[in-house]
Amino acid sequence: MTAFIIRRLFQALVVLFVTSVIVFAGVYAIGDPLEILLPPDATMAERAQVTESLGLDQPLIVQYGQFLLNALKGDLGTSFVYNQPSISIILDRLPATLELAFSALILAIIIGIPLGLWSGLKPGSAVDETVMTGSILGFSLPNFWQGMMLIMIFSVYLGWLPSTGRGQTGTILGIETSFATWDGIRHLILPAINLSLAKISLVIRLTRTGVQETMPLDFIKFARARGLSSGRIVAVHVLKNILIPIVTVIGVEFGSLIAFAVVTETIFAWPGVGKLIIDSINVLDRPVVVAYILVVVTMFITINLIVDILYSVLDPRIRSKAR
Amino acid sequence: MSALALRWFGDGILSTALRGIFSSTKATIAFIICIILILAAIFAPLIAPQNPYDLMQIDIFDAKLPPMSESMNGMVYVLGTDTQGRDMLSAMLYGLRTSLGVGLTAGLLALVIGSTFGLLAAYAGGRLDALIMRIVDLMLGFPTILIALLILAVLGQGTWKVIMALVLVQWAYFARAARGAALVEVNKDYVEAARCLGFGRTRILFSHLLPNCLPPLMVIGTIQIASAIATEATLSFLGIGLPITEPSLGLLISNGYQVLLAGLYWISVYPGLLLLTLVFVINIVGDRLREVFNPRLAV
Repeated sequence: MTAFIIRRLFQALVVLFVTSVIVFAGVYAIGDPLEILLPPDATMAERAQVTESLGLDQPLIVQYGQFLLNALKGDLGTSFVYNQPSISIILDRLPATLELAFSALILAIIIGIPLGLWSGLKPGSAVDETVMTGSILGFSLPNFWQGMMLIMIFSVYLGWLPSTGRGQTGTILGIETSFATWDGIRHLILPAINLSLAKISLVIRLTRTGVQETMPLDFIKFARARGLSSGRIVAVHVLKNILIPIVTVIGVEFGSLIAFAVVTETIFAWPGVGKLIIDSINVLDRPVVVAYILVVVTMFITINLIVDILYSVLDPRIRSKAR
Repeated sequence: MSALALRWFGDGILSTALRGIFSSTKATIAFIICIILILAAIFAPLIAPQNPYDLMQIDIFDAKLPPMSESMNGMVYVLGTDTQGRDMLSAMLYGLRTSLGVGLTAGLLALVIGSTFGLLAAYAGGRLDALIMRIVDLMLGFPTILIALLILAVLGQGTWKVIMALVLVQWAYFARAARGAALVEVNKDYVEAARCLGFGRTRILFSHLLPNCLPPLMVIGTIQIASAIATEATLSFLGIGLPITEPSLGLLISNGYQVLLAGLYWISVYPGLLLLTLVFVINIVGDRLREVFNPRLAV
């Protein structure tokens, strides 16, 4: 087990290292920071001075070394726009994104699993057909358009829910969150639904596949032979067995929710990192782009690592298979 | 060439696919809609009521007209006009053309590149296999939108850059599928026979292995084309996708987003419905193909 964790940890570090090389090469080496930092009418002397102060006259490998060294110290550069360390801008806005992704995940679970169970237990039925077609519709719906339709229906026509911003936040157990106030929750509903729809479809399909694979197995037949009610068989025996793959996939999907929050945050003007990164790409605020990518990738790798370890704890077969 | 085509499709992969599609009512309807949309995209310049990008044909006084309005010159805007006075229906047909063009190009390029790497990995085995599959696992570990964002943040905008980003996002899916299929095939006698006959690696890979790996690639291909279209639309909506000179459906929706709160719903609703229909029918067909070729191909 320890060897497994060490191996995975090492892999994670390699991935992070490769990402940092790509990001550095892409953002700093290909693009020319001088174009952004200097006014168009800068003299040659000014150019030379900025070049030297940024270390751009050094060989690329030295520049990368400096970038890495700073990154390890938590310094990913200063935002051109906000004139603050880019990493602190990202960390300031991260809680809003995490809250959104977390809410979407919860919605995906409490809606997806029951629908998947229902559909999986009655394969070929009208319910199954409807749920499955609905789930294809769910991940065919372009995320941004679906968000706009939510705004149009629930904000513009019905006027039930607000369409932009995060609303009033409060603190619960020292964490600033929208869940603390009714206004906050009202602002959270539409973005959370928007972000969760594709994941609901995914959970439905996973659950359905799991149910169909589990139902013909001997221990289900045995449970039935023991005279257990079908409700109990589903709730205890089936659910327990399909939960492992669902939990792992959901864990990994949490990372993808953070990435897709880019779209949701843009539509609903949610003040998280996703909206920030799009704005930063558009105004070429490179340090923020770099900080975003490295922070998100790090989170991603960490989540994958935890899921992998959890999985091998839950299912010992994985450990031997991994090597 | 025809001999090669015969070898590829002669054993009935295409006819199995079509039979599979037509044996399901849902898939048949989706397939027909799909064909209609492709034809509409191809013949867009012929069937569109106006050329929405010809400044001579659009009139700014016709801007923001609701559906079924009539223009001064007698033309009826069935789906209304946008903020520039363009006929929405025409703009959507041209947008469909761009969206489908970009999606198909990216999907097919990813298919070619990905399956080449996948076949190579399965055939060569050993270190090359390990290296290719490590990269594939790495790519598949990240959400598509994140990789696409990263690439576009580095490369900047442009049609070919978007296609490049989509290919880089998608090739790994094909590589995994092709490798999986080829691993089953690679130890069979006919591959051994081809090797004994002294055929080169390229020939064995493409004219012996590939035809037998087509079914899973077809399934993945269909689904990935839908995904490419949706991803491109998302990127264009975010303003980091296609340039304004070649508006895809995503960009049309994005334009409509600006005026949605003002009640001009048709500028974003109709292009969105078209995009949804396009992606939805392709996914339905893909789902049916998956059932036909490999019911166990997971979600």
